[in-house]
Amino acid sequence: MLNRKDLIGIKELSVEDMNLILDTAAGFKDVLGRDIKKVPTLRGKTAVNLFFEPSTRTRTSFELAAKRLSTDVINFSVPTSSFVKGESLIDTALTVQALGADFIIIRHSSAGVPHLLAQKLRASVINAGDGTNEHPTQALLDAFTIKEKKGNIEGLDIAIVGDIMHSRVAKSNIYSLTKLGAKIRLIGPPTLIPGEIEEIGVGVFHSMEAGLKDVDVVMMLRIQMERQSKGFFPSTEEYSKNWGLTPERLSVARDDVIVMHPGPMNRGIEISSEIADGPRSVILEQVTNGLAVRMAVMYLLAGVKR
Amino acid sequence: MILIEKGHIIDPAQGIDGTGDVLIENGKIKSVSIISKEQRAESKSPPPPPSPSRGEGKGEGESLSPAHRIINAEGMFVIPGLIDMHVHLREPGFEYKETIKTGTGAAIKGGFTTVCCMPNTFPINDNASVTEFIIRKSLEGLCTVLPIGAITKGQKGEELVEMGTMRDQGCIAFSDDGRPVMNSLIMRRALEYSKAFGLPIISHCEDLTLSEDGVMSEGLLSMTLGLRGIPAEAEQIMVFRDILLAELARGKLHIAHVSTEGSVKLIREAKKKGVNVTAETCPHYFTLTEDAVRNYDTNAKVNPPLRTKRDIEAIKEGLKDGTIDVIATDHAPHHRDEKLKEFDLAPSGISGLETALGLSMKLVDEGVLSMNQLVEKMSLNPSRILGLLTPRDSSHVTAPKGTFAAGADADVTIVDASKEVKVEASRFLSRGKNTPFDGWVLKGIPVITISKGRIHEWQ
Repeated sequence: MLNRKDLIGIKELSVEDMNLILDTAAGFKDVLGRDIKKVPTLRGKTAVNLFFEPSTRTRTSFELAAKRLSTDVINFSVPTSSFVKGESLIDTALTVQALGADFIIIRHSSAGVPHLLAQKLRASVINAGDGTNEHPTQALLDAFTIKEKKGNIEGLDIAIVGDIMHSRVAKSNIYSLTKLGAKIRLIGPPTLIPGEIEEIGVGVFHSMEAGLKDVDVVMMLRIQMERQSKGFFPSTEEYSKNWGLTPERLSVARDDVIVMHPGPMNRGIEISSEIADGPRSVILEQVTNGLAVRMAVMYLLAGVKR
Repeated sequence: MILIEKGHIIDPAQGIDGTGDVLIENGKIKSVSIISKEQRAESKSPPPPPSPSRGEGKGEGESLSPAHRIINAEGMFVIPGLIDMHVHLREPGFEYKETIKTGTGAAIKGGFTTVCCMPNTFPINDNASVTEFIIRKSLEGLCTVLPIGAITKGQKGEELVEMGTMRDQGCIAFSDDGRPVMNSLIMRRALEYSKAFGLPIISHCEDLTLSEDGVMSEGLLSMTLGLRGIPAEAEQIMVFRDILLAELARGKLHIAHVSTEGSVKLIREAKKKGVNVTAETCPHYFTLTEDAVRNYDTNAKVNPPLRTKRDIEAIKEGLKDGTIDVIATDHAPHHRDEKLKEFDLAPSGISGLETALGLSMKLVDEGVLSMNQLVEKMSLNPSRILGLLTPRDSSHVTAPKGTFAAGADADVTIVDASKEVKVEASRFLSRGKNTPFDGWVLKGIPVITISKGRIHEWQ
C-alpha cells in the first residue's frame, strides 16, 4: 500500500512508491483487457472530479477508472458550480467532501491547490494537474508506457520537446523519469525552457537535429497557440518549422524509438500526421494505460487507513 | 509629569548613548540627563531582571496618564519612539482588513509611535479630503498617523495629484505604492514638482511589464513549484530608472522595500555619486528567503517577493554601511479568508508591526548593527527623511519626532533587549494575522510605548 493519503506530485513520491503504482497498474491493465472490465474493489466509495479547468481527456479517464473499480463518480466542474458565484475554493472543496467524497480529483490553473486541499481535507486528494506545477498521473502513465515498450527505464535517453516552461506534464515527467534512471534532454526555443532547469541535471537543446540524436523515447508536448501573442515565439509556422516532429527529424533517433504525446495534438504543428499515425507512435496506448494507472492510484490510496 | 529613570538612553540625533533619566511634561520631552556614559557594556553583562514600576490599577494594554509617574527602566533601552514610514492601515475602504484604530494599536504594541500610511485605500488618498479624513480618524488612534498621498490621481500613473494642497492637509510624502509610475516622464515630473514642497517621492520599484503576473522570486524554486517568477531585474530596472530620474530632476527619492542585492549596489553607487536618494528595507527581506513559500504558504507571499540568502546578506551589508537608511514594515494586513486561497490569487503582504522590532533586534544580536544604528534605522532616519526632525508649519506635526531634544514629542519606546516572547498571530492587535513568523521566538521586546506622553504597557 502507499503510505500516503494523497497523490500531490511526483516530487513527493519515492522510487518505491512509483514502482508500486506501476506494478499495480499492470494488474489492472489485465482487467481492462478482459471481456468484463469492471471489478468490485472500491464499491461504495465515491470519487469527485473537481475540475476548475476545462478538460475532457483527463476527466474522462479518471471517471472511467473510478467506474471500473465500482466507485461512484460525480463530475463537478467550474461552469456549473457555485465557484462562479464567488464561493471560495476551500468552501467548494469542503462541500464536495461533505457529500461523502473519498477521492477528490482536482484540476486547477493555480499551482499548489492540491497541496492546500490535502491539508484541509480528510478525503484523498489526487492531483489531475495544477497550473504549471505537476500532473503526476500523466507522468505515471507515461512511465508505464515506456516500461511496457522498453522493459526498463534506467539508462534510456528521453527527449521532451516543446513548451517545457508551461508544461506540468514535462515537469512531472522530468521528476519521474529522472528518479527512474533515465537521461533527459529538453528541446525547444530558449523562451520556453526555464534557464534554471539545467541545475536539476537535464540536458538542454535548441535544435531538434542535435537533441533527437540516438534517443530512445521522444515525448512531444502540446503547443498552446496563445503563447505566440505573449512573445514566446513569433508564429506557429516558425515554431513548426524549427521544433515540429517530422519523419526526417525522427530519423536521427534510435531505430526502435517510440513517440509519445499527452494529447490533444496539434497535427501539423508540433507533430506531423505521419509520425502520429505511424509505427513509432504509442499515443493511443498511453490513453489506455492512463486508465490502468489511475485505477492503481485510487486503489492504493484507498488502502490507507484514516 | 513622567520620569523614566536609570534606562540606557540612546538618542543618535543628540549623540546620547548612556544611562540616565528622561523627563516628560505635557506630552513633550522636557529634559534628558545622563548619569554615566555607557562603556559599550550593554551586551557583556546582562542587566538585572526588568521591573518597571507600576501605576495604579490598569489592565493589559490599557493606557493612563497619571500626573506623576516614575518608570524604572533599569536594564532597558530607552529610545525615541519608532517611526514606520511604510504601513497600510486600510481605512477608508478596507476596514475588514484593518482600521486606523486597530493598526495604531498594533503599532504601539510593536514599539512604534508614528506610522505613515500608504494611499491605496478606497477611495485612494489622492486628494486633500481623503487626507483630511485619515488625519481626523487618526485622532482616535493610539499613535501619530502621517498619511502618504498618491503621486498620481487614482494611482493611475497619468496625472499628478495636488501635492501642495495635500501637504497642507497633512501628507508627508507621495507614493503610488504597489502601482508604480511606469511612465518615466510622469515620474520625472513628480520628482521635480514635489521639490516645491520639500517632500520625498517614495517609489515601489517594479517594472510591471517584466514582473507580469509573477507571484514569487524567479529561479529554480519558482520553477519547481510551478509558480510564476518575478526576476530581481524587475526591481532593479526601476531602481536604476528612478535613480537616474532623481538625478535628472534633482528630486528627493526614497526607495521602498529593497529586496535584492542588485538594488543595494545601485543605491550604494547612486549615494556615492551624490544623488538625493534614500532607501528602506523590511524585516522579512533580511530574515526570510524564498524558501518560506515552499509549501505554498500564502502568509509568506509579499511583493517584492522574498529572495535568496545572497540577497539577505547584501541587504544586511547595505544596512550596515548605511546604503539602506531605514527599516520599515510594509505592514500589510489582510483578512484570513483572503490568504486562505490559491497562492496565485491570495493578496501579497505581511502584517508586520508587531514583529518588526524583535526581528530587527536580531541584527543587533548578530552584530550587523549596533543598537545605536538600529535606532537610527527605525526612528531617526525616517524622521529626517520625512522632515519630522525640524517640522515646518504643518497642521499636524508640531514638534520634532525621532529625538529626545527638549520640546520634542514625548514619543518613547522602552525595550527589554533580553526578554523573549513567542509570536502568536492570533493575539495580534492588528486585524491582519497574516504572518510567516507565527510561533517564532523573538528577543527584544518593547515593554512600554509612550506616544505624546500617553503610556501604553504590556506584560
